[in-house]
Amino acid sequence: MVRRVLTHLVLLAGAAVMLAPFVIMLSISLKPPGEVFAPQFSLLPTQWHAVENYTAAFTKVPLARFLANGLFVTLCIFAAQALTALPMAYALAKLRWRGRETAFAMVVLALLIPPQVPAIPLYIGLWQLGLLNTYAAIILPSTISVFGIFLMRQFFRTVPDDLIAAARMDGLSEWAIVWRIMLPTAAPAIAAFACLSFIWNWNEFFWPLIAVQEEHLMTPPLGIAFFSNAEAGTSFGPLMAAATVVTAPLALAFLLAQRAFISGVTMTGVK
Amino acid sequence: MADTRRQPSPRRAEALAGTLLALPAFILMWLMLLGPAVAVGLLSLTDWNFGEPRIHFAGLDNYHEMWGDRVFWISLRNTVVYVGVSVPATVLLGLIAAIAIESVGPKGGLRGFYRAAYFLPVASTLLAMALVWEFMFHPSVGFVNQAFRAVGLPTADWLQNPDTALMALAAIGVWQNLGLAMVLFMAGLKSIPTDLYEALAMDGADGAWERFRRVTWPMLGPALVFVVAITAIRSFQVFDTVQVLTEGGPLKSTEVLLFTMVQQGFTFLRSAYGAAITMVFLLLTLSITLAQTMILDRRAHYG
Repeated sequence: MVRRVLTHLVLLAGAAVMLAPFVIMLSISLKPPGEVFAPQFSLLPTQWHAVENYTAAFTKVPLARFLANGLFVTLCIFAAQALTALPMAYALAKLRWRGRETAFAMVVLALLIPPQVPAIPLYIGLWQLGLLNTYAAIILPSTISVFGIFLMRQFFRTVPDDLIAAARMDGLSEWAIVWRIMLPTAAPAIAAFACLSFIWNWNEFFWPLIAVQEEHLMTPPLGIAFFSNAEAGTSFGPLMAAATVVTAPLALAFLLAQRAFISGVTMTGVK
Repeated sequence: MADTRRQPSPRRAEALAGTLLALPAFILMWLMLLGPAVAVGLLSLTDWNFGEPRIHFAGLDNYHEMWGDRVFWISLRNTVVYVGVSVPATVLLGLIAAIAIESVGPKGGLRGFYRAAYFLPVASTLLAMALVWEFMFHPSVGFVNQAFRAVGLPTADWLQNPDTALMALAAIGVWQNLGLAMVLFMAGLKSIPTDLYEALAMDGADGAWERFRRVTWPMLGPALVFVVAITAIRSFQVFDTVQVLTEGGPLKSTEVLLFTMVQQGFTFLRSAYGAAITMVFLLLTLSITLAQTMILDRRAHYG
C-alpha cells in the first residue's frame, strides 16, 4: 500500500514536469507583458490579456495562413503516401512476382536512411526544375513513405488468402482488391499510419526550412520560428499564443486517438 | 482450350499485377530517397558549389578538408556528447516510467493519464515547445531557475553559457523522447509471460527488486536494445532546437552535425562539402543499426 502511494507520487511528480511546458505556454499566452516578467510565477494572470495575445498572434504574422498551409501540405502528403504505399504493400505481401524480394530489401534499406540524408540532392533537383519556394518543394520529398509500405505490408500478411481468392472469384481486379478488400480490413493499421504521417509532417521543420523562404508558403513550425525571430524575445505573450495554436491540433488529435497513435508507434517504433 | 491461350495464365497475370502495383512507390522511393542518398555519396567526391557551371571529380578532397576542419570536429564531438547524455537518460527514465505505470495496475484511471502526460511531448510540435523551453530557461524569470533557486541549486543562463547550453538542449531532447521510450518499454513489458513472475513467487522471491532483476530485466533485453537504437538514431538527428534556440552557439558549444551540414550545404552553398558531412552523419546512423542487429543476433543464438 505504502509502495503504491509512493509510486503514484513519483509518477505524479514526473507528469508535472512533463506537462509543465504546456501549462507555462498556456499561462503566458494569457498574460500581459508586465506579468510575463514578474519575479514570482503565477499560473493565472491578474489582468487577462488572452484576447490581445491571440489577436496579435493572428495579425502580426499570417498564422491562419500557416495553419492552412500545414493542413494542405499534410493532407497532400498523406494522400500521396497512401496511394502509393498501399498497392506496393499489397504486392509485397500477397502477390508473387519477379523482383519482389529485391524490392522489399530496398524498402528495408530505405528505412535505414534518415530523412535528412537526401536533402542536398533534392534541393539541387528541385532548383533545376524551378520548384524551390513552392508547395511542391515541401510536398514532393515526402510523397513516399517507406515506413508506411513496411507497416502495411506487415499488416497485409495477416489477411487470410481465402478472402482475396473469394474477391478474385467475384471478378474484382487486383487494384480493386487493394481498396475494397485490403483497405477496410487494415483500418487500424491505416489509422496508425495516418496519425504518424500527420504528426511527422505537421511538425517537420528541417526540410521546409530548406525548401521555402517565402512567408506565404510557411508551414506552422516554420511560421512560428519566423515569428520568434521577428520579435526577438520581446513579446512572449503573442508568441506563446501562436505556439498554443500550432500545438493544439496535434495535442487534441492525440488525446482523441491515443490508442491509434501509440499502437502506431509501438508497431514499428520508427519516427 | 482456345480461351486459355488467348487469356494470360493466372500466374502471369499475378506477376504483372504485382509489378504494376509496386511500380509507382518503387519509382518514388528511388527518386526521393535511394537515388538522392547515392547522389550524396557521389557529390561528396566532387568540388561542386551550388550554382557553379562546372563540376570536377575531387576524390577524397572534401574528407581531407574535413579531417583538418576544427568546426567539424567540434560538431562531431558535440553530437556524440549530446547523444551520450540524452540516450542513457531517456532510456533510464522511460524504463522507470514504464515499470511504475505498469505496477500501479489498470484500476484507478490514473494509468491512462500518466501515459498521455508522458507521451504528449512526442506528439507535440517540437519547434513551438522549444520556444517555451527558451522561456523556461530564461535567466531571471525562467521557471527552471526559479525552481532551482527555491531548492538551493545553482542557477545559470542555461542557453547562453557555453558550459551548459548543450546540456540544456539535451534536457529538452530527453523531455521530448522519454514518452516514446516509455511506450516501447510498455509493449515489451506486456510480452513478458506472467507465469515467470508466478514461478519466481513460488521460489519464495517476491520482492520488487528480485522480480526486476530475475525476470523483467533479462526478458526485456531485446526491447532495451531496440529502444536504445531508436533513441540514439533520433538523438543524432538533433537540429530543430539548435537552429531556433542557439544557432550552434555560444562559442560553437551547440554546433551539431546536422546544423553544420545545413550551414555548409545551404547557407554557404558548399554542396559537395555538405554532402561529405551528410555521409558522416549517415555512417554514424547506420553503425547504430548495425550494432543493434549484431547484438540482437548474438542474443538470439546464445541467449
